[in-house]
Amino acid sequence: MKRLLSFLLILMLVPGMLLLSGCHGSRSLPDFVPPEQFDESRSYTVTFWAKNDTNRTQTRIYEQAIADFQALYPNITVNLRLYTDYSKIYNDVITNISTNTTPNVCITYPDHIATYLTGSGTVVPLDELFDHPDYGLGGAALRFSSPREGDVVPQFLAECAFADHHYAIPFMRSTEACYVNKTFVEAMGYTLPEILTWDFVWEVSEAAMAKDSQGNFRVNGQKVMIPFIYKSTDNMMIQMLRQKGADYSTPEGDILLFNDTTRELLHTVAEHAATGAFSTFKISSYPGNFLNAGQCLFAVDSTAGATWMGSKAPLMDISADRVVDFETAVLPIPQFDPQNPRMISQGPSICIFNKADPQEVLASWLFAQYLLTDGVQTAYAETEGYVPVTRSAQDSQAYRDYLSRCGEDDLEHYDVKIRASRLLLDHVGDTFVTPVFNGSASLRDAAGQLIENTAKSVRRKETVDDGYMDELFRDVSSLYRLGSGSTGARKDLGPLPGTAVFLLAALAAVWILLLIWWILERIRARKREKGS
Amino acid sequence: MKKTIALLLCLLLILALAAGCSGGSDKKSAGVMTYAEYVAADLDSKVVIETYVQAKQSWWEDKATVYTQDKDGAYFLYNMACSEADYAKLVPGTKIKVTGYKSEWSGEVEITDATFEIESGKYVAKALDVTKLLGTDDLIKHQNEFVAFKGMTVEPIQDADGKEAAFLYKWNGTGSEGDDLYFNVSLDGKTYNFTVESYLCDKDSDVYKAVKNLKVGDKIDLEGFLYWYEGVNPHITSVKTAK
Repeated sequence: MKRLLSFLLILMLVPGMLLLSGCHGSRSLPDFVPPEQFDESRSYTVTFWAKNDTNRTQTRIYEQAIADFQALYPNITVNLRLYTDYSKIYNDVITNISTNTTPNVCITYPDHIATYLTGSGTVVPLDELFDHPDYGLGGAALRFSSPREGDVVPQFLAECAFADHHYAIPFMRSTEACYVNKTFVEAMGYTLPEILTWDFVWEVSEAAMAKDSQGNFRVNGQKVMIPFIYKSTDNMMIQMLRQKGADYSTPEGDILLFNDTTRELLHTVAEHAATGAFSTFKISSYPGNFLNAGQCLFAVDSTAGATWMGSKAPLMDISADRVVDFETAVLPIPQFDPQNPRMISQGPSICIFNKADPQEVLASWLFAQYLLTDGVQTAYAETEGYVPVTRSAQDSQAYRDYLSRCGEDDLEHYDVKIRASRLLLDHVGDTFVTPVFNGSASLRDAAGQLIENTAKSVRRKETVDDGYMDELFRDVSSLYRLGSGSTGARKDLGPLPGTAVFLLAALAAVWILLLIWWILERIRARKREKGS
Repeated sequence: MKKTIALLLCLLLILALAAGCSGGSDKKSAGVMTYAEYVAADLDSKVVIETYVQAKQSWWEDKATVYTQDKDGAYFLYNMACSEADYAKLVPGTKIKVTGYKSEWSGEVEITDATFEIESGKYVAKALDVTKLLGTDDLIKHQNEFVAFKGMTVEPIQDADGKEAAFLYKWNGTGSEGDDLYFNVSLDGKTYNFTVESYLCDKDSDVYKAVKNLKVGDKIDLEGFLYWYEGVNPHITSVKTAK
C-alpha cells in the first residue's frame, strides 16, 4: 500500500514540478539573503549596464571608477556595457529577465524597475544591504569611504522606495530647466521674472510670432521661429498637473490622468500649437538646436542637457554659421504658482539584479555602493547639469570649488551647465516624483502622448474640442493599456489557465490520498491493538 | 513612303514604351498627388502618394521607416504603420500607396503617421550623380533621393578628444562596433560629413566594412540616400575606390 501511495505521490508531483519550473520560460530565483561575510577567496564577474550621453568624459569616469574599484577588490571584475538610451537598457533588461541573463548592476529609472519586479525575485531589495554592519552603507568592512544612509539626500533615496522596499539607490539627479534667450525676450520689451509663469511664457511666445512685411519674424529677422519648445512632453503634463494640484495617479496605481484639468491644459496647448508659438521635440527637433540658432525663446530640456544649450555651448548640432549670439538665462520650468514652485526630480538610479549566488550579489552591491563615493559622484555630476546624490559629495571642497568657478571657461566650467546644477541644488525641496507601480512607465508615456497628439492635430487643422478630447482619452488609454480607474496590474485576471487548474487538482488529490492513507493506517493500528 | 511612315511609327512606339518603362514621370492613380504636388503641399497637411520602396531602415513595434522614390522624387516614410509580415514584403522596387502627413524634423521633410497599401508595379532608382550640386542650394531639391558622389577625398574627422581619424563610431567617437559611422569627405576644398546609418546598413554590411577600412586621403565614389539633419547628412550605402 505504501509503495502504491508513494508511486501515486510521485506521479502527481512530477508534472506539478515540471509545470512550475517551466513557468514563463525562466526559473525564479530564491530570495536574496545577504551573506554575513564576503567570500574573498573566490573571483566574481559583475556586469554593469550604464548610460552615458555620448559624452566621452562620462565614459571615462565609469572606466576610472571600475579601475579604482578593482584595485580595492582584485577578486571582482566589472564589465561595462554602455548605452545612450534608457529605453534601450529597459528593453534589453526585459528581454534578459526571461533567460536569467540580466546584468548584475544596472543604471535605470524606478518606473522601469517596477516592471522588472513582475519577474519573481528579479531585483534585489536593498534594505537589508543598507543596514548590513560590515558591507552596508558606511559599513565597517568596506575598503572605501561609503556614505551612511543619512548621507544620501533623503528625498533622492526616497524616490527609490516603492512596494515597501528600496529597490535602487540614486546615482545622479537632475530636473528640467527653461533655457531662455534673454537677449531676444528683453528686446521685445519684457523683463524676465525670477520664476517664469505659464502665462508669461505663453504671452511672450505669442508676441514673438509677429512678422514684418517680408514675412520674417520681427524678433529674429528669420523665416523660422518656434518661441516655446518642450523636449519631454510627459514631464510637461506631469508637472503642470502637479503644479495645479490635479490628479495623475494614486500610489497604488489607480490611473487618474484622464481628468478635467488635463482636458483644460490640453486646450491651452492646442491654442498655442495652432499659432505655431509652441512645439515639441517629437514634432520639430531638439529645443537646443532652435535656441542656439536664435529660433526659439524658451527651450525646456533636462539640466542634464545643459552643455547643448546656449550660443557658446560646448556641444552643438548646428553649424557654426547658424549660431546666433545671445545671453542665456537658466530658469525653473514655468509655474502656475510662482510662490510654490514644483518641478520634477529625475536622473539615473542603480538597481541590482538577483543571482543564484548570494556572494555574487554582494559583490554587485559593493560596486554599486562604490558609485556613491565622493570622487565618482563629483566627477560625474560635473559632466552635465547633474547634482551629486550625497551630502558629502555636495559639500566637498572639490565640488564647492567647481561651482564657484561658474563661467571661467566654456567647457568644464560652462556657465549654463553650472547654473543648471545650481537650479536643482536651490530647489531640491520643490522637486517631486510620480508614484512607481507596474504600469507607471506606460502612464508617463500616455501623459506625453496627450500633448503630442493635441499639438499635431491642431497643426493639421483638425477640430480640437471636447469631443476630440473624449476620443483622445479613449485612444491613448487604449494604446497604453490603461484602464479608466486602475492599472492592468489590479484588473481581474480572468479564469485560471488549464495548467494551473490541473496542478491545483493534482495537489488536492495528493492531499486526499494522504488523508485516506492516514485514516486507513489509524484503522489498522486500532485493529492490531484490539487483536493483541 | 508607307514603309517610311510605318518605320517612323514603330520607332515612336518603341521610344514611348522605353520612356514608360524607365524614365519620364509617374502616372498616378486617381486621388494621388504627383511629386510636384507633394513638394507644393504645406507642412502638416495630409498627403497621398504612390512611390516605390528603395531601402528599409528599421521596423519596431509595428512601425517601419523606409526610403522610397518615384521617377520624379523621393519620400522618406518615418514610423509608418506596418506589421512585421508586411515589412517583409517591402523589398526594393515594391510599389506602395501611402497616406500620411507631410512633416519636417530638423530640416528633413518626411511623411509621418502614415499607412500604406501594396500596389502592382516595380521601380528601382539609379543613383543620381549630385557631386556638382554639393554646397549649392539646389542639392536640397533632391532630398531623400538615391544619389551618387564621385571622386571625393576622405578627410580627417575629430573625436571628442580632438584626435583625428578616418571615421568615428557615433558622431563624436564615443560609440563602438555596430553604432553609426561618421566620416568626412571633401571636394574642391569643402568638407562634408557623411554617415553610415547602422539600422540601414549594419556592421556586417559591405559599406560598414568599407568605411572602417578608409584612410585619410583615399579617393572614393559613394552612393546613398540624401537624408537631412540640420543640413545635408547622406546615409551612405556604398563606398568604392574612385574610378
